[in-house]
Amino acid sequence: MSTPTNIASPKARTEALQSALADKGLIPEGALDAVIHTATEDWDPENGARVVARAWTDPDFKKRLLADATSACAELGYEGIQGEYIVALEDEPERHNVIVCTQCSCTAWPVLGLPPDWYKSPEYRARVAREPRKVLKEMGLDLARDIAIRVWETSAETRYMVIPCRPEGTDGWSEEQLAALVTREALIGIALANPA
Amino acid sequence: MDGIHDLGGMAGFGAISYEENEPVFHEPWQATAFALNIVGIGVLRNHNADEYRHSIERMPPVHYLQACYYERVLTGAATLFVEKGVVTKEELEERAGGAFPLASPNAPDPMAELEPQPVARFTKGDRVLVKDIHPAGHTRVPRFCRGKTGTVLHVAPAFSFPDAAAHGGAFRKEHTYHVEFASTDLWADAGADNESVIVDLWDSYLEGVDA
Repeated sequence: MSTPTNIASPKARTEALQSALADKGLIPEGALDAVIHTATEDWDPENGARVVARAWTDPDFKKRLLADATSACAELGYEGIQGEYIVALEDEPERHNVIVCTQCSCTAWPVLGLPPDWYKSPEYRARVAREPRKVLKEMGLDLARDIAIRVWETSAETRYMVIPCRPEGTDGWSEEQLAALVTREALIGIALANPA
Repeated sequence: MDGIHDLGGMAGFGAISYEENEPVFHEPWQATAFALNIVGIGVLRNHNADEYRHSIERMPPVHYLQACYYERVLTGAATLFVEKGVVTKEELEERAGGAFPLASPNAPDPMAELEPQPVARFTKGDRVLVKDIHPAGHTRVPRFCRGKTGTVLHVAPAFSFPDAAAHGGAFRKEHTYHVEFASTDLWADAGADNESVIVDLWDSYLEGVDA
């Protein structure tokens, strides 16, 4: 097939679709803004960080989180679209977890936020399942050879989050202090929790 | 379909570019494109999530790889609004002031013949073989695990079967399983025997393996 040479910019194409639907009266007032507000304000990796911090400090919560992360996250108010069935993956000193969606870019939006570009890139999606140790090292996480790696492919409806190991030297820290150590990268598994 | 979207294990890709403190959206049109698709699914009921995923899979491979994520979202959603008769390609191109490339049409016979499995057939610890299917339409079995044997780690609830839902097939729900494969069973050059890949697979993609 021939490739057209006068392709409109993505911005112009987006505006074209938006105006075509709007002129037909199909977009309810405020509907687009409501979605954008949720995506930019409500879905936030800081939510996942709070879940991790709670799990580090409350053994009963951790037990509930590992048994039924969907309900445990909902206890903190994190639920909804792309959070219908969440499974928490607990890192251990001898086994690391990392998440990918090789076929599109599925993520647990309510606890991880919309995924970053690197997670959606063909490079990450193609490589991390096959050569996770090399990819993690390139991204700054150099795991010893004797640490096992599990790569979780988000191919169906389960949405994963990683519970990284609690850093040493954080005894007695508040949940808020602990949550500040947990990045989006740690929740996906390309990084550990930051050191104390 | 054995499409460009099914990237897992494909060789030749280079370093992953990483941006510190990346914003949710880099440009306002990306937020609008994302919202148009979500409204198309959740409010207008123009299409479902499986049709949406497949609309992106149907993009010509060169366009797929060159487009950023939100251009893929836009292209998939626009394709479905055109295919469902809500807007025309000509109208979109007139408004955009240029070409508006869409995805390629659906395959005429998109589904593999897979018997529905309403009741979970497998349990934790079972060895399962992934069927070596190559449907022309939407499926969620990555190529890298077809024909491979793994172990069930977890039985997830029953969810709508995407191969049917993407193509107007009869609604059916099946359990999915978190199936662990040794990386060395998937790729001869995989790094180490303490690496594994867990794939979330619907029941009818699988068959039992005698112990």
